[in-house]
Amino acid sequence: MDEIQTVVAARTLAHARTVFIGVGRPSTAAILARMVHNPSLVLIYESGTIGAKPFHIPLSIGDGELAETADAVVSVPEMFNYWIGPGRVDVAFLGAAQVDRFANLNSTVIGDYDHPRTRLPGAGGAPEIASSCGEVIVVAPHNRRTLVERLDFVTTVGHGDGPGARERLGLRGRGPTAVITDMGVLEPHPDSLELVLAALHEGVSVEQAREATGWELAVAEDVHVTEPPSERELGALRELLAR
Amino acid sequence: MARVLGLSEAVAELVHDGDSVALEGFTHLIPFAAGHELLRQGRRELELIRMTPDLLYDQMIGMGAARRLVFSYGGNPGVGSLHRFRDAIENDWPHAIELEEHSHAGMANRYAAGASDLPFAVLRGYSGTDLVAHTTVRFIECPFTGERLAAVAALRPDVAIVHAQEADAEGNVSLWGIPGVQKEAVLAGKRSLVTVERIVERLEPRPGAVVIPGWAIDVVAAAPGGSQPSYSQGVTERDNDFYRLWDEISRDRGRFTAWMEEHVLAGVGAR
Repeated sequence: MDEIQTVVAARTLAHARTVFIGVGRPSTAAILARMVHNPSLVLIYESGTIGAKPFHIPLSIGDGELAETADAVVSVPEMFNYWIGPGRVDVAFLGAAQVDRFANLNSTVIGDYDHPRTRLPGAGGAPEIASSCGEVIVVAPHNRRTLVERLDFVTTVGHGDGPGARERLGLRGRGPTAVITDMGVLEPHPDSLELVLAALHEGVSVEQAREATGWELAVAEDVHVTEPPSERELGALRELLAR
Repeated sequence: MARVLGLSEAVAELVHDGDSVALEGFTHLIPFAAGHELLRQGRRELELIRMTPDLLYDQMIGMGAARRLVFSYGGNPGVGSLHRFRDAIENDWPHAIELEEHSHAGMANRYAAGASDLPFAVLRGYSGTDLVAHTTVRFIECPFTGERLAAVAALRPDVAIVHAQEADAEGNVSLWGIPGVQKEAVLAGKRSLVTVERIVERLEPRPGAVVIPGWAIDVVAAAPGGSQPSYSQGVTERDNDFYRLWDEISRDRGRFTAWMEEHVLAGVGAR
């Protein structure tokens, strides 16, 4: 991830009590949030570690340091049935290979399911994490390969086909509230739930962001420039990466 | 009480060609030594079950031991693709494999149902995803509230294999750190094997440890270092460098095969 992308993602956790970090997803932002914005933020990894306090950025979601520093370590059935399912977690960070205009996610295949061009890892915890956590922040690169008109496979439902979809499907969390990219931030429009360009990182133009998006990206009326990383944020991030 | 056998004797007795086999361990305590022994004994046509196939199933798939794979996340955690898994699915190399994929919540609940000897488990999940059309999940109505819920079939593997830190002479097993679905897998399996770092006189009580009584396990076998390159909390460290290196080794069919021949098929107790 770009520095600015990590910094902006970390800021979204300033007031959260708990954040869920899925398999294979960068936990850098969540650790940074604990360092800079929210020292009491509870990091939850799907390996079963609740309240992990890693000093280093873990390679896997099951690194030893996570279990050693956790408040509680639970089994996988307990993690999904007692903690995620009932919606006890405020925010979930998820990534994906493809994201569509309603922030639905594909992490299963590129191409046809039975004869895929690229076989991706698959669902992991994402479908139930996204249905049950209070809200979902998607972190993804900004390009036409990732932000697509149509997913090859719906692994994880964001806002489905628009307003009312989550309610119809019985998904209890609020769903995606932001897609943070290396160019800016997309947010669901309050009425249509379609992702619109809400913010741009410094030096990126609206045209560049639209060009790098696989659908006709609408722009929010109050589109703004994201606050550049402060010295404190950058210093902490670089220190963390160097550990 | 569990019988304590040598690893190769244990594997030879418990696992047969065509069996459904679950080797569990969620990032932690992955039973590599037992999986490698399966390969050395030339087991074929296996239905491999595992939430996160990881490097171990990448190796077993690449060596042609799998007929079918039941899983929920097939990646090299933090690194990227499992190249042998991809090559099997994308190019049928070394042969085609059948897939049944789920979400983690679905797989965890399938094991819990198997351990409970129930036919299925219920959860809120799968709803609205394309997984529904490509896997075995049904939707049922709650008899009390009318809510629509997902039902997933119990997993009852022919053999469940897990790794733990310690067993005593009676075959009582203690594991600590990330517990994954190991207990559920052992109790769901028709037969079970637990490999351990060491066999001790007496298990010491440890906060947070999962203890599986020896009478609920068929066979225990010592396999020191048997979860490497994953790890056994408090005994070995996860070999993150090897997870990165695997990305290179496994990318090429020839290099992969040569590596497996040298380090697994020829060696006993090699990684």
